[in-house]
Amino acid sequence: MGLSELLSQLLQTLVAVLLAPLMLGWVNQCRSWFQGRSGPGLLQPYRVLVKLFRKDAAIAHNASWLFRVTPYIVFSCMVLAGSIVPILATDLPFSRAADVIALVGLFALARVFMALAAMDIGTAFGSLGARREMLIASLAEPALLMVFFTPALISQSTALTTIVETLAHQQIQLYPSMAFAAVAFVMVLLAENARIPVDNPATHLELTMVHEAMILEYSARHLALMDWAHALKLMVYSTIGIALFVPWGIAEAGNWSMVPLSLLALVVKLAIAGQGLALLETVSAKMRIFRVPEFLGMAFMLAVLGLLTRFLLEMKA
Amino acid sequence: MSLLHLALGIPLFWIALGLAGLAVGSSRATHARTFFPLGALGALGLAIVGFLALTGKSQALVLPLGLPDLPFHLRLDPLAGFFLILLGAASAGVSVFSAGYFERGGGGDIRLICLQYHVFLAAMALVLLADDAYLFMVAWETMALASYFLVTTDHRIAEIRSAGFLYLIVAHVGAIAILLTFGVLQLGRWDYTFDAMRANTLPMHWASIAFLLALFGFGAKAGFLPVHIWLPEAHPAAPSPVSGLMSGVMLKTAMYGLLRVTFDLLHVQVWWWGVVALAVGLVTAFYGVIFAAVQTDMKRLLAYSSIENIGIILAGVGLALTFHTYDMNLLAALALAASLYHCLNHALFKSLLFLATGSVMHATRHRSLGKLGGLIRSMPWVAGLALLGILAIAGLPPLNGFVSEWLLFQAFLLTPGLPNSYLNMFVPVATAALALAVALAGYVMVKFYGVVFLGQPREDLSGAHDAGAWERTGMLWLAAWCVVLGVIPVVAVQAMDPILGALVGGSLSESLRASSWLLLTAVAPERASYGPMIFALVILGAVAATFLLVRRVWHGRVRRSAPWDCGFPQLNARMQDTAEGFGQPIKQIFEPFFRIERHHPSPFDERPRYSSSLEDKLWYWLYLPIAWLADRLSAVVAIIHHGRIQWYLVYSFVTLLVLLVLVR
Repeated sequence: MGLSELLSQLLQTLVAVLLAPLMLGWVNQCRSWFQGRSGPGLLQPYRVLVKLFRKDAAIAHNASWLFRVTPYIVFSCMVLAGSIVPILATDLPFSRAADVIALVGLFALARVFMALAAMDIGTAFGSLGARREMLIASLAEPALLMVFFTPALISQSTALTTIVETLAHQQIQLYPSMAFAAVAFVMVLLAENARIPVDNPATHLELTMVHEAMILEYSARHLALMDWAHALKLMVYSTIGIALFVPWGIAEAGNWSMVPLSLLALVVKLAIAGQGLALLETVSAKMRIFRVPEFLGMAFMLAVLGLLTRFLLEMKA
Repeated sequence: MSLLHLALGIPLFWIALGLAGLAVGSSRATHARTFFPLGALGALGLAIVGFLALTGKSQALVLPLGLPDLPFHLRLDPLAGFFLILLGAASAGVSVFSAGYFERGGGGDIRLICLQYHVFLAAMALVLLADDAYLFMVAWETMALASYFLVTTDHRIAEIRSAGFLYLIVAHVGAIAILLTFGVLQLGRWDYTFDAMRANTLPMHWASIAFLLALFGFGAKAGFLPVHIWLPEAHPAAPSPVSGLMSGVMLKTAMYGLLRVTFDLLHVQVWWWGVVALAVGLVTAFYGVIFAAVQTDMKRLLAYSSIENIGIILAGVGLALTFHTYDMNLLAALALAASLYHCLNHALFKSLLFLATGSVMHATRHRSLGKLGGLIRSMPWVAGLALLGILAIAGLPPLNGFVSEWLLFQAFLLTPGLPNSYLNMFVPVATAALALAVALAGYVMVKFYGVVFLGQPREDLSGAHDAGAWERTGMLWLAAWCVVLGVIPVVAVQAMDPILGALVGGSLSESLRASSWLLLTAVAPERASYGPMIFALVILGAVAATFLLVRRVWHGRVRRSAPWDCGFPQLNARMQDTAEGFGQPIKQIFEPFFRIERHHPSPFDERPRYSSSLEDKLWYWLYLPIAWLADRLSAVVAIIHHGRIQWYLVYSFVTLLVLLVLVR
């Protein structure tokens, strides 16, 4: 592992961690514009984070060590995810440590800790949120794996680096199967990141909350870490989508001169993705919790269709 | 003295230990603390012998015991060695735990338990060492009987008696099928050594019959659908260490038998065998996990989770078989490695979790999830170790459960190479089913851990105390291996290589050598790699760095307060989610799979009670009709049974006459 590689790894991780709240701010700002409001400004998430870090943490009397350590673990998992996904460049030192399946496992690790912490205090909302989150996740995970399998079949690899290099750095070819996979991926992204129509990040009505119910007991620095991790998760998911479906512009391994360009490409792509997300959230309404299995079932079917398309139409050619 | 002598010595040592325990009349505590740790030492030795056997040549031995002209044949090869490691490693932890567990009561006479326990261990070791059908069946039946007596330790409870009875019936139906398997395999030569069976070349249809019989027979022990019905009854009925051994180790002896018959004794394999095994495995996994999600008894939940895991293992075996029939031996090796790895993993974390339930039951006297809660505060050790266990069993990196699942998914992804387009269509669906089962396992484990250890106690559990030193040590041993096997999978997979070579003729070590020991690869490094060590170090490092940074830049001030009550001041422990509540979404989504009976109170009830019971539909669709048929048949036979001696004399007289007429 050379110094230059290590530096590029560090740079990417920093970019991911620092840009994540900005992405969230951008989505919220766009949504405000779509809804005819002026919006809190792009930097609002940063202000909230700083405010939260300054406050004293209020913790329930019976909270255990698990409750206190979970924000750090969740945040670290997301930082690791942010260093694995080729956000700026492929073949970074850490990228070999995980393929897409391991990445799914990493998200699951963070989620399980979050759900356990939610059940730690023993309030009704915590366990309600934990149960719903685990339900949504366990239905979304098969769909997500199916989504990943289509590009994995095309590139003969589950390593994101190889997938990106196959799809981006060789001759451009259109894959019908990837269209199915892309739609399914967006649906899974909405579910996994607690966005409308599966969950509502802006809700104040306890009964409809999923993610917010889980972190209801958190305050101050713990809440800040949870929120930051959540923003990072959205960022990582978006960049996974970019890597799979629009990988053009991601720098090749060790090519420093490409990095500014790839940063620019990343910002543009994320801006478009954020706008799309805001639009989706503006035009749809939150659905009942027991409609979610249907929604995710549809995502799953689409992903399987993509896989079958790959087998039927593309393999023989 | 060869390795095989050592391997044989340990089961004999266990039996001697059990018998000695019967003779010694010491107090309960001394007894437990003397004999179980000694048994654990034996287990440790067995694991070491198994490890040495992995790389060594296979050794054979003929013991002039048994019937005249029918001596016992024994053999120690890499496959047996691997399962000996599994048996030794898991039972070492369980035995140490037992020293503390049985000391504090639980079950009947300690001397009997000690004998049954050690005979059970010895029988499992002999099953693995047997090299002829005779010794195999003797050991197999000893294992079944010893475990039956252990299951019915608390035989004064009616449910436990009936659970034991059900177990005995299914075990014997399975044993008959295994016996028939060997009958087919010997091909009319009446030579029941495994060597002779290996030399036979069976016609295709006989081979298929042998495979299906083996699948059924070993499946009855392993808990494949639809012969899983006894497992959630019998495993929870036993004392917790024994439940751990049954779920963790005994099920694996059945997998061993299936592997032995399919890959070693049978020469030809037909492609649809793999598909059958894959389908049965995935259905079993799915069924197990959704039933686990709706259980309200913590040991039953774990028993159903064992069904799920055994299904995953069988799916891997099925995939290996499919690849093997198409001569894709590298891929077969990958799938088989995933299966074997999962066998070992499941032995460790399932034993660990059953032991944790044992400690919880000792501390609280409850096993119903509806009465527990908040134990992380009064039982920090048990809670911490159980946390490792649930993270491992939920298949989360960087622990061991994820490694086998990762390998299995990789194997599934390589199926498009199969030259069979039907299989190519079937496999994506199969992969999805596997993914669903794995994801739901996370749900189940959050439920288990959250309800038992987190939240507030649902009943008065103020007397709960942490486990003693013996119990902690036993659990710590198992948990440590969960971590070790999680972070250094490359070493473990490389150690398995001789088995893969012997069974499917493929080797993974070449592709593993191409990358560093940090990265586990599937087939080729550029295809996929997974570095659990990096995972563990980065996560731990980031936790430490974040923690220090937050403290450094800001502060670490904490204020304790009441939890948020939504403006409703009478918040209490009964408002938490119950186990039923946590399983309710699964109940609703997968309703067609369950048989649910709900009793709702009417508005006029003075004491409204709500109850809901949930049963297995297969019980009504399959088992009760069979029982009904048996009842009817016996009713027909009973027509001639009057219970009067005159009639029976008449029967004898008539029989005699008929015989005289016929023989004349």
